[in-house]
Amino acid sequence: MYAFDLARPADLAGAVATLQTEGAQALGGGQTLIPVLKQRLSQPSVLVDLSGIDSMKGIRRAGEFLIIGGGTTHGTVAGSAEVASSIPAITALASKIGDPQVRNRGTIGGSVANNDPAACYPSAVMALGATVETNKREIAAEEFFQGLYTTSLEEGEIVTAVKFPIPVAATYQKFEQPASRFSLTSVFLAKMGDGSVRVGVTGAGADGVFRHAGLEAALSSDFSAAAVDGVSVDAAMMSNDLHATPEYRAHLVKVMTKRAVAALS
Amino acid sequence: MAKITMTVNGKEHSGEAEGRTLLVDFIRGELGLTGTHVGCDTSQCGACVVHVNGESVKSCSVFAQACDGAQIATIEGVQNNDGTLNVLQAAFQEHHGLQCGFCTPGMVMSASELLKVNAAPSEAEIREWLKGNICRCTGYHNIVKAVQSAAATMAGAAQAAE
Repeated sequence: MYAFDLARPADLAGAVATLQTEGAQALGGGQTLIPVLKQRLSQPSVLVDLSGIDSMKGIRRAGEFLIIGGGTTHGTVAGSAEVASSIPAITALASKIGDPQVRNRGTIGGSVANNDPAACYPSAVMALGATVETNKREIAAEEFFQGLYTTSLEEGEIVTAVKFPIPVAATYQKFEQPASRFSLTSVFLAKMGDGSVRVGVTGAGADGVFRHAGLEAALSSDFSAAAVDGVSVDAAMMSNDLHATPEYRAHLVKVMTKRAVAALS
Repeated sequence: MAKITMTVNGKEHSGEAEGRTLLVDFIRGELGLTGTHVGCDTSQCGACVVHVNGESVKSCSVFAQACDGAQIATIEGVQNNDGTLNVLQAAFQEHHGLQCGFCTPGMVMSASELLKVNAAPSEAEIREWLKGNICRCTGYHNIVKAVQSAAATMAGAAQAAE
């Protein structure tokens, strides 16, 4: 790692102020950023450790929304009774991220801000139509994710919370790459209160997380595996790497969607 | 450089750390506690697992300065007060849960957190929990047996105490 100073602000205002420093970078749980720093792929002057900011931690239900603080760890989400009763699919999602030690450090704010194309959380944020709250504004999911490792966050902007609308039912079906335990192709499927069905896919898209309009339309009118069979998933929009071809990923999108339908039927 | 202080295995320790100093390097280099191992240095293998404020973490992926003021538990503090192996360590020995032993400190620190949150884990739960700990010798069977045996011993001791 290149040398840098580590700042540990105790509150959001302190973090925002320190992030104004030239070359400053926010640090969530560090489970992605620290390995990146070790490879010298990043050279911050100051790392602003957000883990001491208590106002960014915690989980609460507010009417028809579940609000998870940006500094809340995956382990806390996985073990939360509030999450389990409001959106159990998020309990399942959080409990399958990485391993127990990664879950004890990694945070939801860090995950969505990094927008790794194989991360789990973005699929839930997209499928549920969640809102990303920052120190400046509220950003709709569709507007927040802007392609691989890219978001609409501005310089120095911090994800303070993610606000999830509570669905009628939802499920997360993960097909993991067994060595890294990231998603090879995973589907978050939600039945919303207005009768719509929403499908968020992570791990597969060449531009990162996406919703699949064809699957959503088919499942909204006929919630069955047969409806999934009738939908065409275009391999041209899938990513390609040594783990899976675009065609395989396109196939998995349908397989995982069918598993999701079965889980909710 | 900054002076940091942490309570490690119940004793207060101070030392100097840069912003980029990893917790594992502080524990091994500055405090001389070399029972915590560095296997991969990429947060894959789990040989460096320690507890920070009661939660297991990979100490190669946490900064030392971020642990200023924290309670740290390492493998050196696991033994019984009289210096004998604790229940989990003894179970690893009894069931041959190690061969070269390089991964063992991390395995023990990870498994000890499991037994704290789940006193009677199934084989599947043990295997799921230990996903972040890689052993290249044993094939895991004896490690799983050791954790199951330790859980049973602890349950028996708890029952006897009632």
